[in-house]
Amino acid sequence: MLATLEGAVTAAVLALTAVGLSLVFGVMRVVNVAHGEFFMLGAVLAWWVAHLAGGHAAVGFGLALVVAPVLVGLIAALADVAVLKRVGYDPERTIVATIGILYIIQQVTLMTYGPDARPVEPPFNTRIPLPWFEFTDQGFALYWPWGLSTTSYKLAVIGASGVVLLTVRLLMTRTRIGLLMRATQLDRETALAFGIPVDRVYAVVFAIGAGLAALAAVLIVPISQAHYLMGGDPLLLSFIVVIIGGLGSLPGTVVAAILIRLSDGIISVFFSPTLAKILATLLVALVLVFRPQGLFGGARA
Amino acid sequence: MISRSLALHGGLIALLCVLQFVLPAYHHGNLARIMVLATYAGAYNIMFGYTGLLSLGHALFFAAGMYGMGLAMQHGGLSPAPAMAVGLLAGLAVSAVLGVLALRTAGVAFMIVTLMFAQAGYLAILYFGNWTRGDEGFVIQQAERALAGIDLSDPTNRYFAALVLFALGMGLTLRLVRSRFGRVLVAIRENEERTRMLGYDVFAHKLGAVILSGTLSAVAGAAYGLLFGYVGATFGAVQYSIFPLLWVLLGGAGTVIGPFLGTLFMFYLIDLSSGITSAYMLVAGVALVLLTLFAPQGLAGEIRARLWRWLP
Amino acid sequence: MTVLLSTRGLSKHFSGLHAVENVDFDLPAGQIRALIGPNGAGKTTFVGMLCGRITPSAGAVIFDGQDISHLPAHRRIRLGMAYTFQITSVFPGLSVAENVALAARPHLRGEAEVAAAVQDALDRVGLGGRTGQVAGDLSYGHQRLLEIAMGIAQAPRLLILDEPTQGLSDGEIAAFKALIRDLSATTTILLIEHNMSVVMETADMVTVMNFGAILAEGRPEEIRADPAVQAAYLGTDADAGT
Repeated sequence: MLATLEGAVTAAVLALTAVGLSLVFGVMRVVNVAHGEFFMLGAVLAWWVAHLAGGHAAVGFGLALVVAPVLVGLIAALADVAVLKRVGYDPERTIVATIGILYIIQQVTLMTYGPDARPVEPPFNTRIPLPWFEFTDQGFALYWPWGLSTTSYKLAVIGASGVVLLTVRLLMTRTRIGLLMRATQLDRETALAFGIPVDRVYAVVFAIGAGLAALAAVLIVPISQAHYLMGGDPLLLSFIVVIIGGLGSLPGTVVAAILIRLSDGIISVFFSPTLAKILATLLVALVLVFRPQGLFGGARA
Repeated sequence: MISRSLALHGGLIALLCVLQFVLPAYHHGNLARIMVLATYAGAYNIMFGYTGLLSLGHALFFAAGMYGMGLAMQHGGLSPAPAMAVGLLAGLAVSAVLGVLALRTAGVAFMIVTLMFAQAGYLAILYFGNWTRGDEGFVIQQAERALAGIDLSDPTNRYFAALVLFALGMGLTLRLVRSRFGRVLVAIRENEERTRMLGYDVFAHKLGAVILSGTLSAVAGAAYGLLFGYVGATFGAVQYSIFPLLWVLLGGAGTVIGPFLGTLFMFYLIDLSSGITSAYMLVAGVALVLLTLFAPQGLAGEIRARLWRWLP
Repeated sequence: MTVLLSTRGLSKHFSGLHAVENVDFDLPAGQIRALIGPNGAGKTTFVGMLCGRITPSAGAVIFDGQDISHLPAHRRIRLGMAYTFQITSVFPGLSVAENVALAARPHLRGEAEVAAAVQDALDRVGLGGRTGQVAGDLSYGHQRLLEIAMGIAQAPRLLILDEPTQGLSDGEIAAFKALIRDLSATTTILLIEHNMSVVMETADMVTVMNFGAILAEGRPEEIRADPAVQAAYLGTDADAGT
């Protein structure tokens, strides 16, 4: 139960990050290898903002929740216009370019922020005891064992992620910008012919994708810490999730994120974390080799 | 045409041979490393430059050779010559398996699949820490590093061993680009469907390219471990998959001399910047972005396009 | 007269659409056969299944008495088929000579023989003076001719040409007609063609496809007089026209 809840927190954050990656791939057909670094940048910026704001933890955190994703989104849009657009979104050159962007962001962070891991205080953090139930000789019993608890903040993270994911979904299906995105996704040439400003749509999508990763990072940073190398794992896991969920499919991505994270907790009971990672990585590679449409994707290419 | 190419590449080998006697110790050691790494870059080039297969997982082959050699010496008690053979065979086996699997995909999926397999390999090195000593790695003792009675830890011997390896790698590539097999690889890079419709077994040729490239990478990895006496997990990490891509892009993909030029420039660029800051990989990042933007052909590619059309 | 190539019940369905439906087709050795039909009639899909680029939904392809339905494309080519693409498909970064040499090598041993075959094929299409040029720098018409030269250099027993005269000038088309007649001495030719003057002047027999099926088959002058064929080309329903 407790492991499941912990799993749900990381699953929520992973889903946000992966949806960002999936959105960018779905609409732009760009594999953004620098996605993990946008995540990292979100966490580091959250630390800066919280650090500069001072006062009550909630003030700094609230500010970070807005400022970090927006700033990261702007940086991403800049990278899109300055680099990706200029290589014409050629798939292979884009990947090489985003590898370059990965190192630039990571190393500039190392130069400015330094190699230390730093915490951000959560805005609220009450301990909530959890009930446990058992079948005893006297029948069904419900009690609150000591030590079995979660924090209000963790529940809030799950809730917030759900709200954001729903917002993204509504944005894609109900709004004009969502319509433009889907049109561009279906056929870039036709979209251009119909006067859709494809360049601007791409910049916005790349910014939103990066912003989602940053938002996920801000949410998780009070639980973990901000560090310049923290982008690697989210990148790898997002890849896994997006590939298993079916490239470019948002619902598939969310389902896969939950599945991976929940199963991760269970797998690591039996195997060491490293072995679990090896198996997960191999699984992804084999899924790509034998079922490129994803485990949950339909027959469409 | 052939003699000009022979003069250029033979001249490079001769120059490297002479440099051995004039370079100060520091650069002498650097150049030995560069020659081994350039062999690795040249191996990468067979797949990327000539066949058009962009792998993001070559560290898997480099590490397969290095650990194949290192573990055979450390735990198998083998002497360097058979240990090198073990490294070569490890690369052969790993690249054959990876090729058969990864070549079912193409383009972006191929890049991700190679990346994932290499990541799994890297994690496996960490996981089997009892044998590999994980991140820390292990040292091959100076006394054991003798091949046919020649002490490879001696700087001069090491330099010449690296030079021989480099010359062999370059000779192999020169032969390859003139062979029928190599010409089909280039045809696949240029237009895969057309190549198939001329009656060539595209899959078999690509697999051949992966195995050749992977095995030569493994030999370079094994030689690196043997010559410099250290085997460690960093050589299996993502960075060592990105490096050959960077070197080849910088030097010029699909040219025989390009990988050497790229490795030489990048090695010294990173060497210089790591003296200034610990964030030396920034240089690699900036170089990757600038190259994709402004010089996708690399140094030798630009030379070929502007000056020497005959450059192989 | 031996049959070089035939199909039995050959069909291809793309998600419900019957692109090619149950086609029985026989091509005798030595013939120049034209395959015509309105756009979307299934011609390219049909020849795609002949040479292995497209997997059929049902049916068999028999080449020289051997069932090749399950052979991959490159094996069929090795048996003596050649296919030139409808949309020009050469090796743009390689020289004209290397383009043709790649086509000649699978069936020739020495490089000297290859060089001779290359020069011969290029001379026949009129590109003999351009061997050193980079293929991507050629004009569109010259790239089409290069494509045909590659087909010739393969020395096939069956040469499948998919709309070879598209984009050629009148002078080049006249030369092409002569070339086809010249080639028919050594090879069987299946020609997908829209240009009726080319069809009428070169083909021994014409097969007309419409809606994925064979509508008519006969000598050029018979086909020209066939009311069903005329109806198909005028865009009305074939059955309504008869």
